[in-house]
Amino acid sequence: MDFLNALILLSNFVIVPSITYGSQLALGAIGVTLIYGVLRFANFAYGDLMAFGTMCVILFTWLLKSWGVNLGIFPTALLALPFGITLTIIVSLFFDKTVFEYYRNKKSSPVTFIVVSLGIMFVLNAVVRIIIGPNDIVFMDGSRFIISAVDFKEATGLLEGLTIKSTQVITIITTSLTCFLLFNFLNKTKTGKSMRAYSNNEDLALLSGIDPNKIILITWIIASILATIAGTLYGLDKSFKPFTYFNNLLPIFAATIVGGIGNPLGAFYGGFVIAFSEIALTYAYKKFIFYLLPFSSDSTNLIQYISTDYKFAISFAILVVVLIFKPQGIFKGKVI
Amino acid sequence: MNNIDAKTSFTIMGFLLLIVGILQSWGVAFSILNLCLISAIMSMGVNIQWGFAGLINFGVMGFLAIGGLATVLISVPPVVESWSAGGLGILLSLIFLILIIYACLFINKRYSKYKYKYHLIFAIIILTIPVLKLISGPSIKLIESINPAAQGYLGGLGLPIIFSWFVGGLLSAALAFVIGKICLGLRSDYLAISTLLISGIIVSVIKHEEWLSRGVKNVIGLKRPAPYEVDLQNSEWFINLIEIIHFWSPTTKGIIISSSGIFVKICFSVIFLITLLILLYLSERAVNSPWGRMMRAIRDNETAAKAMGKNIVKQQLNIFMIGSAIIGFAGAMLVTYDGLFTPSSYQPLRYTFLIWVMVLLGGSGNNYGAILGGFVVWFIWIESAPIALFLINIFTFFLENENIFKIHLIESVPYFRYLMMGAGLLLVMRYKPEGLLPEKKIKF
Repeated sequence: MDFLNALILLSNFVIVPSITYGSQLALGAIGVTLIYGVLRFANFAYGDLMAFGTMCVILFTWLLKSWGVNLGIFPTALLALPFGITLTIIVSLFFDKTVFEYYRNKKSSPVTFIVVSLGIMFVLNAVVRIIIGPNDIVFMDGSRFIISAVDFKEATGLLEGLTIKSTQVITIITTSLTCFLLFNFLNKTKTGKSMRAYSNNEDLALLSGIDPNKIILITWIIASILATIAGTLYGLDKSFKPFTYFNNLLPIFAATIVGGIGNPLGAFYGGFVIAFSEIALTYAYKKFIFYLLPFSSDSTNLIQYISTDYKFAISFAILVVVLIFKPQGIFKGKVI
Repeated sequence: MNNIDAKTSFTIMGFLLLIVGILQSWGVAFSILNLCLISAIMSMGVNIQWGFAGLINFGVMGFLAIGGLATVLISVPPVVESWSAGGLGILLSLIFLILIIYACLFINKRYSKYKYKYHLIFAIIILTIPVLKLISGPSIKLIESINPAAQGYLGGLGLPIIFSWFVGGLLSAALAFVIGKICLGLRSDYLAISTLLISGIIVSVIKHEEWLSRGVKNVIGLKRPAPYEVDLQNSEWFINLIEIIHFWSPTTKGIIISSSGIFVKICFSVIFLITLLILLYLSERAVNSPWGRMMRAIRDNETAAKAMGKNIVKQQLNIFMIGSAIIGFAGAMLVTYDGLFTPSSYQPLRYTFLIWVMVLLGGSGNNYGAILGGFVVWFIWIESAPIALFLINIFTFFLENENIFKIHLIESVPYFRYLMMGAGLLLVMRYKPEGLLPEKKIKF
């Protein structure tokens, strides 16, 4: 019985949250890695692109709500998602045409691209804050819990109640669906294969008659879709705040590098690696151990490996270990 | 030719500040000038790393925060009760930490052939972190419980605050040494990402280790190298001075109060200007020396420089430390000028990327360019809000004041500065990628 309690505690505070957070990171990391693979630069504007996409979704959610449209137990944001994605794609393509294309034709160094992406980061940052403001926004509606602690306790008679929020289930389902479609696209369709070929070896791909403009267009479209979905899921699960989205860029980059830059499957796993280590190492295991130990201890210590304030440090430590020992990432092999 | 360019642009900058002084107020003009001077030093530091050596450092925020921490550690008087309560524990854990680091370094060096060397080091680090927490935990709790409203930390050494600028530089250089050892061999984009992450960690350490820096509770009332307004207002010579300057009408209490504020700012300006000029002189000498030529050679063609027998790794580490030291120095100056240390205010956009915009806009590889960039960007950063307000009022003149759209725009005026920075950066990168004052190309 105590063992079951401990297990439920762990799943409440470690397993389910890390899978959710990991899915959000994974989607973002795949977007970053695709841009890295095809366009060959680290896009520092990606966090703010996520914020922009989420902002569009929020605006459409409000619009739909004002019309009285909703999805019942599901959040209205899911209905607004396609509109948000469309706007984000338009913005990405606009920046690609006006900014990145010039440097691509000039064959500028990766550092120039990074600097230019900083410029876009500033612009997007300003646009988001001017339109929706810098504050926390909660746009989740519909039912909050799939399994609530009280119901679970009544049904099973255990001390700990299993809670699963509906946003967590939505995140996991949406991520699986998106990744299923994306990997099918990359591995099965002709366009997807030409994308991988282009990312693997640009010259050879050009020789085989692959149209680079088409590849780049599709890359931006996929990256924007992923950014919007990841941003919206994160916002539904927690809340929307532009500054948090900028900060999320760091674990996303860490996930990308851990998985091997340019490798979407690696980025997918990388997201989960980062999320699991962040949450598992900062969780206070006091109560968990209390259930498992035969005797009760009065320790005031939280039995926490690292305090929650140092989440950053965990991503970084993983990043350093990977960069020193396996600079090509854990999941090398296939490049895109 | 180039020098004339620099002269005209700095003259224009001076005129702009004069206009601000006349139109807004002299207090505003001098506070903009002071922050322009500090920003110029920051961008000089980044310019040394990026412009001269081609090292991309997105960890500027971290070095600035370390510099800021130095002001607290040096100038604040020590809190005796905290030291007697938990000082021993903190010292013990510090010794323990140094021992761990030495053990790791020792294993790394002594058993460099051993197959499981890294596993061993990794295991040591993982296992000793909880021990470290056990040793330091109780004393940290004790320290933080002593007079938490005003103290709750160890305090500093109680020395004059000017020392802290140098200590800030030294601490930053030491940190840069560690970071450089780990990251400098990496590709440019990896270096950018890892320095950005490290700066995040540094700021979160400073934010959350309350026994060290009071964390989010901030340290206020730091010492100053300049006189205090209140002292000035009560001193005979200052009132006489104001009466002489302000000869056309009788001096009132209000004039004395406002001019004491301006006088303090002028004092700061003089100190900052002297510092900037000394740093500029040193930096110009370094750049035009054989060492500077070697750095540019490494930047432009690493392989060729290596072939000429230059130790690239060592030289890059050196210049990374020098640049970071200057950034840390500027960080300490900034906190000194503000008079308070607020760890939660350190955000990458303001303290890392804005400095980068200064360097890129001003002209990387040219000291004068970096300084000009610091001036121009800070000026735009501050003045963009009034300008944006002005423009909004012009473009929405047909809307009445209660219009929701107009109110929303006016409320979001502070964020137009980001827009201006982004647009400015994109335009400069496109049409004048070498910056306002380009690097001097020396021909032989």
